[in-house]
Amino acid sequence: MSNTLKVGSYTFKSRLLVGTGKYKNLDETGRAIVASGADVVTMAVRRTNLGQHPSEPNLLDVISSSKYTLLPNTAGCHTADDAVRTCRLARELLDGHRLVKLEVISKSRTLYPDVVETLSAAQTLVKEGFEVMVYTSDDPLIAIELEKIGCVAVMPLGAPIGSGLGLQNPYNIQEILDQLSVPVIVDAGVGTASDATVAMELGCDGVLMNTAIAEAQDPIKMAEAMRLAITSGRLAFEAGRMPRKRYADASSPEAGLIK
Amino acid sequence: MKLTVNGKVESVDALTLRDYLAHTELVDKRIAVEFNGEIVPKSIFSETLLQDGDVVEIVHAIGGG
Repeated sequence: MSNTLKVGSYTFKSRLLVGTGKYKNLDETGRAIVASGADVVTMAVRRTNLGQHPSEPNLLDVISSSKYTLLPNTAGCHTADDAVRTCRLARELLDGHRLVKLEVISKSRTLYPDVVETLSAAQTLVKEGFEVMVYTSDDPLIAIELEKIGCVAVMPLGAPIGSGLGLQNPYNIQEILDQLSVPVIVDAGVGTASDATVAMELGCDGVLMNTAIAEAQDPIKMAEAMRLAITSGRLAFEAGRMPRKRYADASSPEAGLIK
Repeated sequence: MKLTVNGKVESVDALTLRDYLAHTELVDKRIAVEFNGEIVPKSIFSETLLQDGDVVEIVHAIGGG
């Protein structure tokens, strides 16, 4: 069925994947996820604060792994080694779960993917049996390489993480879509509903976002807007848009006009 | 005995990893542990003997994108 998203051994109903960062509290996080209709929810892995609030609610108590597919990320990792260690810890934390979001980012203010380290980490993780959804630049050659390594989804950025600028290079995303057989999911850069729709209209298999929802004035309402945006973008892609023309083409027939 | 836990050196009076985690009230929480660079499954916390200089990382899930 065209309305499901198949990633590796998983099948999802929703093509919207959402993050859990930057919300005011876990209650808001939970409500935004429900409103988004997402099946896949990302999370980060961090050192516990020893001795501080051991009874504080845990993200895993709010996001039930029976309802959602958790997607642990390697956000903040700057080397392949750290990303691989983080994935191994995530697999242990989530009782053997193998689906991960690999991201190795540069220390620059762009947080651009470090593709050299990303390629190296992807190789190790695929060998260790992980199903790797990989965050990368919108470079089609790197995307092809990541597919060859065995990543189950390639996730080029639309614009820098948290920038909300929308798709900056739709031609590169289109080229990646043309070249790859695994799902292509735009990850990062979406700012509002129309940005998500543009990605879906291009033929992307999904969109992963966090800040666009979490930093909206009303995150719950924006989560719903994104759910609708993804659905309408996908429907428009499947419907096939009309060709663009440079001049007008009247909608009402010329014949039968009164004289 | 001194352990490095999450990057900080701590003086610890515990025989096994499980003893140490029980002391920090983390033992029943949703955590994962790396011990000297290797993942330690929960099932062997109580068999993992601590030695001076061991390096422990304890992680949990938090919000992220």
